[in-house]
Amino acid sequence: MSESSVILNHSAIQRALTRIAHEIAERNDAAAEVVLIGIQEGGVPLAERLAGILGNIWNQPVPVGQLDVGMHRDDLDQRIAPKIHPTLIPFDVTGRTVVLVDDVLFKGRTIRAAMDALNDFGRPTRIQLAVLIDRGHRELPIKADFVGKNVPTSHTENVRVRLSEGGMEDEVVLEKRP
Amino acid sequence: MSWHRKHLLDIESLSAEEILTVLDTAKAFKAVGERAIKKVPALRGRTVVNLFVEPSTRTRISFELSEQRLSADIINFTAEASSLKKGETLKDTAKNLEALNADFIVIRHSAAGAPHFLARVLNAHVINAGDGAHEHPTQALLDVFTIRERKGNIEGLNVTILGDILFSRVARSDVWALTKLGAKVTLCGPATLVPKTFEQMGCRVTHNVDEAIRDADIINLLRIQHERQRKTMFPSLNEYVTLFGLNKTRLAKTKPDALIMHPGPINRGVEIDSDIADSDRSLILEQVTNGIAVRMAVLFLVNGGKGPQEIAAT
Repeated sequence: MSESSVILNHSAIQRALTRIAHEIAERNDAAAEVVLIGIQEGGVPLAERLAGILGNIWNQPVPVGQLDVGMHRDDLDQRIAPKIHPTLIPFDVTGRTVVLVDDVLFKGRTIRAAMDALNDFGRPTRIQLAVLIDRGHRELPIKADFVGKNVPTSHTENVRVRLSEGGMEDEVVLEKRP
Repeated sequence: MSWHRKHLLDIESLSAEEILTVLDTAKAFKAVGERAIKKVPALRGRTVVNLFVEPSTRTRISFELSEQRLSADIINFTAEASSLKKGETLKDTAKNLEALNADFIVIRHSAAGAPHFLARVLNAHVINAGDGAHEHPTQALLDVFTIRERKGNIEGLNVTILGDILFSRVARSDVWALTKLGAKVTLCGPATLVPKTFEQMGCRVTHNVDEAIRDADIINLLRIQHERQRKTMFPSLNEYVTLFGLNKTRLAKTKPDALIMHPGPINRGVEIDSDIADSDRSLILEQVTNGIAVRMAVLFLVNGGKGPQEIAAT
């Protein structure tokens, strides 16, 4: 049985997302150009929630897409084939500001794969990165533009983001492996 | 959801869960084929040899395109232009290909079990693209993918396979895949080509075509394979057309939403009426499109399977 502790509860998650949304709005004054793309699968519900908050700030709907990076990973020769989730980008990314959204930023390899995968859909004007948790241990020169919470971790720990329908039972948990 | 196999040798040894894993993965690869850029880097730097000892056009082209869309490097090897004609054994040919650092061997061979043999003697991933009258696993996977896409689910569907069952590797693989996923399969054709022994595979055998197609949700037609028949199995082609060919009169007596499939190449006017092949109830060309997605999924999944468990199972 592994130990675990709650790092963020549901109201802390909500506050973090609200702050990230305001930071995105502050950084990007051309609201019409911003689209959110959640990385499968943890980033998808976060992107949808962020789009809801941003839509209220800007008084206009913010397009949301979802991107699976499994076919673009750099470790496909070293692992069991990953489960592939749907990629749905129902708008043109060329000329837009794409905010990639993920739950946990760790080694940075998923984000590299995401930028590679996004390339096949067009040429965004710029790509920004929003994550709920940055747990450190980067293996690539990648940095998030918007961070919900920085959490120092060790390699033997797991960060698990659990989102519930309606949001009341949301939590982020740090698990220690024995 | 899991796939741990290093090879795809047959459908018989797969579980329903493994088949569904291929179908789910293929769905994502089908979406790749619909984009402006139809290519992903999943097999970048990997080498695939298409070892087609028995002639094939559509399966080879489908595999080639799938491999290209996964960014693999490809060598095409056909029997007519190869050292197999000079007396080299299959094992030596394959060992030589592996010495070129081939990572995958896609094999089509007239001998049943040839892919299983290669899987035992090589380190490369082996994919069966049709072995004799034994199995054609990727065809069955694309067939069930196409049915699931159109009907939503396989379980409980009535699927009738009509034609030359005896010599058909497609029929064998289809029966395994469909029954594992819960379809009720009926086999129909001349008694000489559809022996009752097929009932051991968990399907129904009948020689009355009107009865076989009456309640069918899917009618899968198979070509009469002249090349595999050592003696004539029915009196004449005309008699086959009269007794078993799918024509408008027969089709009118089926369910209005019954769909028609055929692995190709079709013989217009023999197993299928020309108009029916071109009608909106025909899934023949969708099967071709889906074949690429399914083969991409298979290559992608076996690339991740590293264990020798598959070999032990055969």
